[in-house]
Amino acid sequence: MSVSSSTTGRPARRLSLAQRLAARDLDAVTLLVVPAALFVVAMFVYPFLYGLVLSFHPKEGDALANYTTFFSDPYMYGTIWLTLRLALPVTVINLLISVPIAMRVRHMRRQRILTTILVLPITLGTVLIAEGLLNYLGPQGWLNRTLITFGLIDHPIRLVHNYLGVLLSLVITGFPFTFLLTLSMISGIDPALEQAAATLGARAPQRFRRIVLPLILPGLAVTFCLAFVDAFSVFPSAVMLGSPAGETRVISIAAAQAAFEKYDYSYASAIAMIMTVIQFGFVGIVLALRGLFYKGPALGGKG
Amino acid sequence: MRFETALGRLWRTAVWAFVVFFVLNVLAMISTVVINSLGTRWLGTWLPAGWTLRWYMDAWHRFQLDDVLLVTFEIAGAVVVLSALIGVPAAYALARRNFPGKSIVLVLFLLPLLVPPITFGVPLATVLYRAGLAGTMSGVIIANLVPTVPFTVVLMIPFIEQIDPRVEHAARVFGAGTGRLFTRILVPLLLPGIFAATLLSMVRTVSMFELTFLTAGSSSQTLVVALYYSVFAAGVRPGQSIDAMAVIYMASTLIWLIIALRFVDPTQIVARAKRSRAD
Amino acid sequence: MTILSRDFRELRLDGISRRFGAQNALEDVSLTVPRGEFVALLGPSGCGKSTALNCIAGLLQLTDGAIWLDDRRIDPLQSEDRGFGMVFQNYALFPHLTVRRNVGFGLEMQRIGRGEVERRVDEALGVVRLTDQSDKLPGQLSGGQQQRVAIARAIAVEPPVVLMDEPLSNLDAKLRLEMRTEIRRIHRLLGSATIYVTHDQEEALSLADRIVVLRDGRVRQIGTPSELYRRPIDIDVAEFMGFRNALSGTVVRREGDTVEVDCAVGGTIRARVVDPKTGPAVTVAIRPGDLTPGPDGPIVGEVNGLEYRGESWFGTATAGDGQELFFRSHMSIAIGETVRLDAPEDRVLAYDRAAGAAPTSGGGR
Repeated sequence: MSVSSSTTGRPARRLSLAQRLAARDLDAVTLLVVPAALFVVAMFVYPFLYGLVLSFHPKEGDALANYTTFFSDPYMYGTIWLTLRLALPVTVINLLISVPIAMRVRHMRRQRILTTILVLPITLGTVLIAEGLLNYLGPQGWLNRTLITFGLIDHPIRLVHNYLGVLLSLVITGFPFTFLLTLSMISGIDPALEQAAATLGARAPQRFRRIVLPLILPGLAVTFCLAFVDAFSVFPSAVMLGSPAGETRVISIAAAQAAFEKYDYSYASAIAMIMTVIQFGFVGIVLALRGLFYKGPALGGKG
Repeated sequence: MRFETALGRLWRTAVWAFVVFFVLNVLAMISTVVINSLGTRWLGTWLPAGWTLRWYMDAWHRFQLDDVLLVTFEIAGAVVVLSALIGVPAAYALARRNFPGKSIVLVLFLLPLLVPPITFGVPLATVLYRAGLAGTMSGVIIANLVPTVPFTVVLMIPFIEQIDPRVEHAARVFGAGTGRLFTRILVPLLLPGIFAATLLSMVRTVSMFELTFLTAGSSSQTLVVALYYSVFAAGVRPGQSIDAMAVIYMASTLIWLIIALRFVDPTQIVARAKRSRAD
Repeated sequence: MTILSRDFRELRLDGISRRFGAQNALEDVSLTVPRGEFVALLGPSGCGKSTALNCIAGLLQLTDGAIWLDDRRIDPLQSEDRGFGMVFQNYALFPHLTVRRNVGFGLEMQRIGRGEVERRVDEALGVVRLTDQSDKLPGQLSGGQQQRVAIARAIAVEPPVVLMDEPLSNLDAKLRLEMRTEIRRIHRLLGSATIYVTHDQEEALSLADRIVVLRDGRVRQIGTPSELYRRPIDIDVAEFMGFRNALSGTVVRREGDTVEVDCAVGGTIRARVVDPKTGPAVTVAIRPGDLTPGPDGPIVGEVNGLEYRGESWFGTATAGDGQELFFRSHMSIAIGETVRLDAPEDRVLAYDRAAGAAPTSGGGR
């Protein structure tokens, strides 16, 4: 009784703050997001901004000194090219092998076993794969031994401590990730779409080119970005499997050296910022191109 | 799928041949590490001259693996518990509410997963050094939480979305408060999801090289960083010991992955998110 | 590249079978569909009707038997070489192509000139009355419009045979009725053969020239809608065709194909046998609409439910031995009251109890 009289007693009462917030879906439950969000802001966004500011406060010289140093020293700016030379082929190779395999695997009954095997390299991590490849691809390793046994080569070929070793290790570490994303995209396409195309006279290659490819292209673009960014930040395998002072002196090595050998955090931050800009630049270009494609649901049927 | 043309069959065979080739090479690569760690001397032959477990003893003492393993699992345990405690409630809020700015928050959680660790690790390490946390266990834990908290959030959102909100409404109607709703209804229902997220965070942390490398000191090294240093400074140490350590490291991540894969299919995570949106 | 023209006499299924592992999804199905005929494959889910359609379309390979188009054997051909049109259950429209490109897809595959493609797409869109939506994407259309696009896409290639897999199951009741008329109209306009899969017997009755009832992968009955409606061949088909009351009983008298049956629920009812060899142990099948209260009704039950359906009431009653009865009444009856129910002799069918499955009330639809 008293409840009804109090609400009817003030008919033109304004909504309380809590009610107004609740109307916008802001209530106690929403607050649960705050700790996690604060943590990410404090430990991800803040360091990033801190690093950005720090990069403009070099040990000596004007605000841009770090950047001018980097871009006037071929030993430094050359790392960009050396990194791109690794990251781009790796990304493209991984996409090119993921798509056909995913196209086949999606029809399989016992998908899980194969996926598990293919995912193994993710967990092994870059360090272990580098160590394994050092043994496996080395001059006395099984691969060279096999090739010699079959008479394909006379002398062991040099596969480690150079560009090729790092490339191979990046393919192995990057493939599972690319494959998983591709497989989940391709599995998301309604099989009836391809069946429909088949009844209309499209052969397997045509079905792929006209139906499947256009539908996964936007997803492939995103996959490309993620895989590229990952490959671009290659570090341990470039050191362990490559020649860290020579043809695989990638940009992250330059950053780590600046931080831990010269203790020049300002310069190291500047290099990290340059990495970020390049990565985001590529992502931006790819995503802009993606805007040209169909982006709706690939499920078919009722849209 | 059906009748195949000769060309189609050829293509199919080629694809499978490649898969087999890839898998064989990865397995062979792993095998070399395992075999080397178990062999007495392995020079210029297919297999080592004899077998021994002595390199494991050697590695255990030489690299003080008892300490390193303890540190590794202390760090991983702390990271996993903290990321579940912080991440699951956040995922719940994101799955159930449509507040203004939600997409910005989502991007905030996606960024640490998309930006490679080495990129944000350098400035993060700088901040931690200034704060005096670098080189300590807490520093390493904080650094590892940066990707695992968002990882937990992103992984849990689809799990929570697939729970019918009417179940929660029913619980509320029958008088469960928010606290009891979480402990009695949501946590039991989400247990498989939380378990998967926990295990995968565990794997991520144990195998996270870059962030730990950038922030750890000599007393807060995890196994993977210790492995890196030992390979890096190889020559003075027997390669077999290094490989014994690598095998121990491999085992310490694989166990969790194998358990995790019993509970969650990696491809399903994405597919489930898609399906729940389509409903 | 369509190797098959629309000028054909008949499509013939010759003992086709399809096994999945140890399971027989389709077993020894034979059927001849002449040009211009509309055939419905009818059956409950899992009866093999979709398997049959997919086999005809070439999406599934046969494990036995052959498919002939006149004197050409087509079952070794891949789907893309058969040139049939198919309408899928969820339409399966290509979401990234406009309506026009969707409809023209099959023609483009045949490498027909651009002008000809345009002309035939316009024609197909005209047939389904969607000309003004041609530049939209499928996602922008309503369910009914998507359905029309799917039909237009299937008929644009001018196929000898159009296959439809439960095309109306995703539409709401009103639209379903509308599209039924449309499908019938388009079928008559094209003059091709149409094979239509459905689990809805009403849909099959209203659309088809001939209905094939499938159950457990086998053909149970082939007949015109009225044959199927009036004289289902066995108790399973009868149940599926709406004979909800299935009473077991014993034949006590027989005159030609009329029998007198002593029902287990009590009472004697006159029935017709479909198969002259029927009896003496039989199951009597009656549609709820034919079982009505009457003063001398032989079957007695206690009313336990009644619902009003406009023209009349439909009720349920429990007979003495617990058997559930479904009946129709012209007036309201109080729950708990006893009714005597009767049905006209020519609407009651008796089947051999040994031949069909054990009588289960309320099975089928």
